[in-house]
Amino acid sequence: MVDVRYETAFTLYPYKRSMDQDVDVPVRHPVVIVGGGPVGMGMALDLGQKGVPCVVLDDHDGVGVGSRAICFAKRTLEICDRLGAGDPMVDLGVVWNVGKVFREQRQIYDFNLLPEEGHKRPAFINLQQPYFEKFLVERIRVAQAEGAPIDIRGRNAILNIESQADHVVLGVDSPEGAYTIEADYLIACDGARSPVRGMLGHDFTGRVFEDNFLICDVKMKAEFPTERWFWFDPPFNPGQSVLLHKQPDDIWRIDFQLGWDIDREAVVQPEYYLPKVQAMLGEGVEFEPEWVSVYTFQCMSMDQYRYGPVFFAGDSAHQVSPFGARGCNGGMQDVDNLAWKLAAVYHGEADSRLLETYHEERKKGAEENILNSSRTTDFMTPKTPIAKLFRESVLDLVEHTDAMRPLVNSGRLSLPCVYDGSSLNGPDDDRMPVRTRVGATLVDAPINGGWLIDQLGGEFKILAVNCDIQIEGLQVVSLDADPTLCERYLGSVAQAVYLIRPDQIIAARWEKADATDVIAALQVAKGG
Amino acid sequence: MDVLYTPRIDDPDGFYAELLDAHEGLSEVQSHALNARLVLLLSNVVGDRDVLREALALAQKAGGPAD
Repeated sequence: MVDVRYETAFTLYPYKRSMDQDVDVPVRHPVVIVGGGPVGMGMALDLGQKGVPCVVLDDHDGVGVGSRAICFAKRTLEICDRLGAGDPMVDLGVVWNVGKVFREQRQIYDFNLLPEEGHKRPAFINLQQPYFEKFLVERIRVAQAEGAPIDIRGRNAILNIESQADHVVLGVDSPEGAYTIEADYLIACDGARSPVRGMLGHDFTGRVFEDNFLICDVKMKAEFPTERWFWFDPPFNPGQSVLLHKQPDDIWRIDFQLGWDIDREAVVQPEYYLPKVQAMLGEGVEFEPEWVSVYTFQCMSMDQYRYGPVFFAGDSAHQVSPFGARGCNGGMQDVDNLAWKLAAVYHGEADSRLLETYHEERKKGAEENILNSSRTTDFMTPKTPIAKLFRESVLDLVEHTDAMRPLVNSGRLSLPCVYDGSSLNGPDDDRMPVRTRVGATLVDAPINGGWLIDQLGGEFKILAVNCDIQIEGLQVVSLDADPTLCERYLGSVAQAVYLIRPDQIIAARWEKADATDVIAALQVAKGG
Repeated sequence: MDVLYTPRIDDPDGFYAELLDAHEGLSEVQSHALNARLVLLLSNVVGDRDVLREALALAQKAGGPAD
């Protein structure tokens, strides 16, 4: 039988018997995805829309209760736009720009993350993870109706895995008993406690920070502004920090830092947390608790993200502490990176060498995310007396001089990793802007009443600025540069040709290029 | 006195991590000594006596109760 590990918020894919359960010889699938969270569903949607048949095995039949990830960064929204799921997320999500930092009872400064003009999507939105997952599944249903070969199997749990050189054999449990399937490739998107990783005996190592946080999501109608409020050492949580921010449906997320020596059972009891929340919100403010959970910060990673036919994506491969929005956002970048590579190999457009670059590029991304998360955690939980002294000194000074503001670290904006030095990178030109260098993510810009980001991605394409180029088999987006495009794509040159990967990463760029240059770079970008 | 009131450190998170790394494994006395040497070196980098005088005053003021 398949264990029920958690309550679901939405039932989206109830168990249905599959034909694979009624055959004598196990059916071989091109791709099996284990785990139906945001990364698994995002992967299925991306692969399915690229015509790669995939089966998603999820031990539940819907989306788990609890908001968990709430901050979805601009890059994630752009990826979801490419997948056709971005609009409902942004329509429902909460956009905020103002943050306030408090120490004890006083505000020590505020900031406005006024986004740069000329981007389709905001720097980030707050949205409960169940909605994010639901919108991905709803988009999968649309894609399926259009013919995308995606097969979601609810209440199907992995029992065992046998990994061969060129395929895996999977034992799968279902409400109607166990069966066996095979897959050319397996993608483990089964979370930080990844059963797949455990069954294959791979290590997951890193740092556990000696601290615990209590997350309370509460529903309240009180008129708090849509801002991020962060406290160091407030009276309602002495000696620790607290974070408050808003989600849709009048839900507010409160994170209480608790310290190391706590009773994990006791702190999730209403008699512990309700008075704390009340003291924070103020006497007389009415609220209802929605979801409460306690967790320990940790930053962990696997050594390799690919072992033969098995790939690891999202939290199964790497786990970061929150306060930096790099968990789910990092996982969606794994999707972005792996799906097109697997599709290119499946369709015979690239050699399987291309798949080796998934680990190369995403390990770099995960290391950057872990570095940023670790630094934030180290600031919030100073691990030595001297670290605490410096932290307190920064806070002492910041009330008197803005010079210290960049050192206050209560979470950094999640930005996508730049794949500097990737083996897929082609020629670059340092007279062009640093932000659009080879290995970077495409930078959006307004064009002809629409957006640049919507014109590129999905397949290899050319962006030609102030010039024209024809290359057989490659779509060319040719634009005349306005001041924004000049600033983002030309720098000190008058014209430019950019080769853009299916995941909207800049693969190569030239001031002037001919078909030979582009085709050579395309070859490199497909793994050689 | 812009140098005291505007952010000037490149890659502030990286700097902060290096600063704390330099103190890793030191006793309290050793950390005090490291900080003292650092203050003296950075004072020489600043050079300007007016800036140093104001920095001293600002550091003293920030240590007291906030207004």
